[in-house]
Amino acid sequence: MLILGLETSCDDTGVGLVDADKRIYANLVASQLEAHRPYGGVVPEIAARAHLDVLDSLITEAMHRARIGWGDLAGVAATTGPGLIGGVMVGAMMGKAIAAARKIPFLAVNHLEAHALTVRLTDSVAFPYLLLLASGGHCQLLLAKGVGSYRLLGQTIDDAAGECFDKGAKMLGLGYPGGPLIEQAAASGNPTAFALPRPMLGRAGCDFSFSGLKTSVRVLLQGRTLTPDLVADMAASLQQAIADSLADRVVQAFKILEAEAIQPTAFVVAGGVAANQALRTRLTQLATAHALPFLAPPLDLCTDNGAMVAWAGVEKLRLGLVDPLDTSARPRWPLQQTAL
Amino acid sequence: MTGSSVPLPDLDATRALAARLAPQLKAGDFLALIGELGTGKTTFARALIGALGVTDPVPSPTFTLMQSYETPAFPIVHFDLYRLKTPDELDELGWEDILPDSLTLVEWPERAGTRLPPHRLTLHFALSPEGIRFCQIYRTPP
Repeated sequence: MLILGLETSCDDTGVGLVDADKRIYANLVASQLEAHRPYGGVVPEIAARAHLDVLDSLITEAMHRARIGWGDLAGVAATTGPGLIGGVMVGAMMGKAIAAARKIPFLAVNHLEAHALTVRLTDSVAFPYLLLLASGGHCQLLLAKGVGSYRLLGQTIDDAAGECFDKGAKMLGLGYPGGPLIEQAAASGNPTAFALPRPMLGRAGCDFSFSGLKTSVRVLLQGRTLTPDLVADMAASLQQAIADSLADRVVQAFKILEAEAIQPTAFVVAGGVAANQALRTRLTQLATAHALPFLAPPLDLCTDNGAMVAWAGVEKLRLGLVDPLDTSARPRWPLQQTAL
Repeated sequence: MTGSSVPLPDLDATRALAARLAPQLKAGDFLALIGELGTGKTTFARALIGALGVTDPVPSPTFTLMQSYETPAFPIVHFDLYRLKTPDELDELGWEDILPDSLTLVEWPERAGTRLPPHRLTLHFALSPEGIRFCQIYRTPP
């Protein structure tokens, strides 16, 4: 059961080919191929037109590399939301067109569900599992109960954790993306040098908030020269504050599940934030304390990509969850509404 | 209120400013929210959108570039152009279609270049040397 997956909901154009045996035949992301002449150099970040320009050649390239033909495809999956509507429509229309032309099933994939299911492509994990989805654009705690079945335990009420890293790095003159740069700078810093707040600490529920943390960094940096020591200490303090805040929310999620006698099979972290070693260590400790395996898919499958969409397509098709060709693109599509 | 400088020492002050401004706004109005990172642009936008009756969470639009909200009076569209590379990319977001019929809140409006509408209300957020947040409000044209 080989599925073609198309991801066009944000900056990157992604094409993946994955089968039910979890073999990834191809996983190409256009932004990584800027040097490749056929794709015409730099891909503008947000333009739907850019997805349109690159998508067909990326599909051709993926199928060529995987040495497969149209007749090998059991279905085509495309992200149909949530995301920037122009980009989502490009991928959705392409997917439907292929499905119609080849008379194969079309699988409409929720972008967040694709992230949530990726761990089942890389590891053999059964439902239900506790999932922290933390990236530049998302920050949610979910109980993944099954394909199309998710319970939102908490989400950010303002900024995402990755955004806090990015904007903190920007204020410290470190560049982009912020996560790795903050981590690097923090290595020689003192995490208790600055008294930053721990937003939401001890609050009921699992919601996140990072906006106030960002503002505190701004206020503490006001009028000061960015010396290497200052940058290191602030980076270390910020990283510690983000780690403490995330950890507190995850502990809350464990408590909620325990109170309801729900036993998850694993604690899964998906998203770029899992690449930060300090956070990873902290979250691993939490999982261990609850006698749960800690799982984090590799980074290239945690950032936006086509393989995760193809895999979500595999999961849906195995259950017969095929979508009609008049399925519309949805800019907003909360994960708990996937099973409509 | 315009042409003034409003101190915003805490969230209550930000909410009070939003509550005062909200009844004066209508479809087609354009609010430019200027200020460095962490000076309170999104916090104000959140307070204003809340003051206009939206009860849903108002997440930061940095990653999604825009978020839209329905209210009984008019739609609200909240842009964050921080990640915009060129003003031409505004076409992809439906900029021209959105502006006439919506209340538009725009963070990092500088990135829109010449595509900024000539009539707008600007709120400029900053921190004083003592770290107190304040907001200067002015109308264009004056």
